[in-house]
Amino acid sequence: MLQMSWLIPLFPLLSFILLLLFRKSKSESTAWIGVLLTGISLVMSIGVFLAVWQGEGIKTEGTWFQMGERAITMGFEVNPLNALMLVIVSLVSFLVHLYSKGYMHGDDRFPVFFAYLGLFSFAMLGLVLSPNLLQLYMFWELVGLGSFLLIGFYYFKPEAKAAAKKAFVMTRIGDVGLFIGMVLLFWQVGSFEYDEIFASVKNGDLSSGMLTLTALCIFVGAVGKSGQLPLHTWLPDAMEGPTPVSALIHAATMVAAGVYLVAAMYPLFQASEAALTVVAVVGGLTAIFAASIGLMQKDIKRVLAYSTVSQLGYMMLALGASGYVAGIFHLTTHAFFKALLFLAAGSVIHAVHTQNIEEMGGLWKKLRITGPLFLIGALAISGVPLLSGFFSKDEILASTYADGKYGLFWLAVIAAFMTAFYMFRLFFIVFTGEARGETEKGVHESPGVMTFPMIVLGVLAVVAGYLNTTWFGTFLSDYLAQGAVELPHGDHHGPAWIPLVATLAAALGIALAYLIYQRGTLSRDWITRSLPSLSDVIYNKWYIDEGYDQTVVKGTRGLSKLGVLFDRYIVDGLVTAVTTGVQRLGRVGSRVQNGQVQSYGTAAIFGIVILLLIVALTGGYFS
Amino acid sequence: MSAVPLPAYLMLALILFCIGLFGALTKRNAVIVLISIELMLNAVNINLVAFAKYSLNPGLTGQIFSLFTITVAAAEAAVGLAILIALYRNRKTVNVDEMDTMKR
Repeated sequence: MLQMSWLIPLFPLLSFILLLLFRKSKSESTAWIGVLLTGISLVMSIGVFLAVWQGEGIKTEGTWFQMGERAITMGFEVNPLNALMLVIVSLVSFLVHLYSKGYMHGDDRFPVFFAYLGLFSFAMLGLVLSPNLLQLYMFWELVGLGSFLLIGFYYFKPEAKAAAKKAFVMTRIGDVGLFIGMVLLFWQVGSFEYDEIFASVKNGDLSSGMLTLTALCIFVGAVGKSGQLPLHTWLPDAMEGPTPVSALIHAATMVAAGVYLVAAMYPLFQASEAALTVVAVVGGLTAIFAASIGLMQKDIKRVLAYSTVSQLGYMMLALGASGYVAGIFHLTTHAFFKALLFLAAGSVIHAVHTQNIEEMGGLWKKLRITGPLFLIGALAISGVPLLSGFFSKDEILASTYADGKYGLFWLAVIAAFMTAFYMFRLFFIVFTGEARGETEKGVHESPGVMTFPMIVLGVLAVVAGYLNTTWFGTFLSDYLAQGAVELPHGDHHGPAWIPLVATLAAALGIALAYLIYQRGTLSRDWITRSLPSLSDVIYNKWYIDEGYDQTVVKGTRGLSKLGVLFDRYIVDGLVTAVTTGVQRLGRVGSRVQNGQVQSYGTAAIFGIVILLLIVALTGGYFS
Repeated sequence: MSAVPLPAYLMLALILFCIGLFGALTKRNAVIVLISIELMLNAVNINLVAFAKYSLNPGLTGQIFSLFTITVAAAEAAVGLAILIALYRNRKTVNVDEMDTMKR
């Protein structure tokens, strides 16, 4: 089974190629090509995962080319971490393919959408299987391309076009960091291989400054891809893409690639205390920052997008606080419940044809399947006990506390409270109360092809938490301990009051949302009224976009204007000076060449007179 | 009979040559240009003959050479006039200013 794991990414690639051939087809049964081929990938991924669970692993490589004495290799590797990622990616990809069959019904470019999904799945699975940084980087860029194509799928909408470009440019800033880190490592270690890099880190071949520098450069790549502060602004805008894309790329898989990268390079990060601290601080700040923005958004998908940014911040916080298992655990559970939430949101949008939550309401009775599933997702992400989010969030909080980062711990608790609040704000506004707006008429539940993936994800969102609990067994950490990464030792299970605090924060958030949006005990705008300036800042997303616009964008524009001026007046000026000079000279010359024999003769006579004069004055031959 | 000294011949030749040169370079009528050229050739002939008689080793070479020159000049004048007539027939002009086909 393991020898064949390199085939897993090739099935989506095949789907991509086949669907491109059928791209003019109007038949919507072309979707089954994608569903079937990703289904094969899913089955193989599960097989691989089970084999790895039993303690197997494989790494196969061949030389790609030789560079001096250094061989650049290509191949694939299966270890506990990426086997888990394989299952997550192929599962969510399969479910999203299935869901899109219903969601994209009636779209003009139906096969093209599935082709892009195939391309993305191929790139993401390839990224996960890469045994070295160079190969990872290639797939890393391919993933970015897939994301770009899918965000801009509705290319006739100017916002979608702008969002696709923004996503591409913003993640590219991070990619440059990753590239620099990669090149630095190659310079220091002489290899792109994870194993060799880890071996030299262990041997202490790298100076501590270099370790921190490379780790931070790689982290910059992760920041770009995972939408961490300060490169997060592309992720909410990416919601312009079709909703299944948001579920697949911008919730479950691609944005988790940054977290995966940090996890895959974890020995490097472990070797540098400073790098880990930076990771933790960036993660923690992102978690609370994005959560605060999520409190005030009015677009259902944007709330979920900021929630994703916030949860990714949690994962980074966990990794930075030596909570390797906690980070991966949250990545897994988050992939399920956030994909579920996005698909449910897509189902709502499919039903009411708007994304503005203020135009929704009272959908609980009309969407009998989507409603409960959304509730499950909301409960899970809020960290309500017995659902998956509770366990993984608890783990993160515990490891942050155990690592002694008390400030970040309390930030994370506040972010958990905010998470619960904004999720249930969303839930109460959308699903309860009175129907608002004209769009409510003719609302009906989505077809089975859309509800089935949600049900699967709903079940997983409930049970995935039991992968790693203190009650039944820490399966996940035992499993991950087989990997190359030496897990941080020591007891990461903090004091028993931590789960209580987390539960309390979640309960408070839900209760507050209930009081404001369901019972109406508290007026909806009492915070807005009591703190107008703060809520204004939050509503406008802390003016980050505007800030970038004023500084980076304007700065770049100014610089390019200067460049234009330089080009127009200095470079062009030089060129014009040369041409006019030559032209003038030519004009003088052509005036001499007037075709009159007499003037030629005159010139010749004057010439000989001058020569004779010279000879006469100098006494001949310039002696 | 007193001998005319060499510088007088040379002076005459020089003046004649300068007149010819001036005429050749400034006159607009092609016929006058041709005549001016004849003047310059004859200035040369005077020089040749003068040097044949008054140089350090006098001889007949200069006189024979000037006879050649006169012959060639006659032939040249005939050819030149023929070209001029052909040109006149084509262009209806003997104005040197308008003969600027070299420019094109």
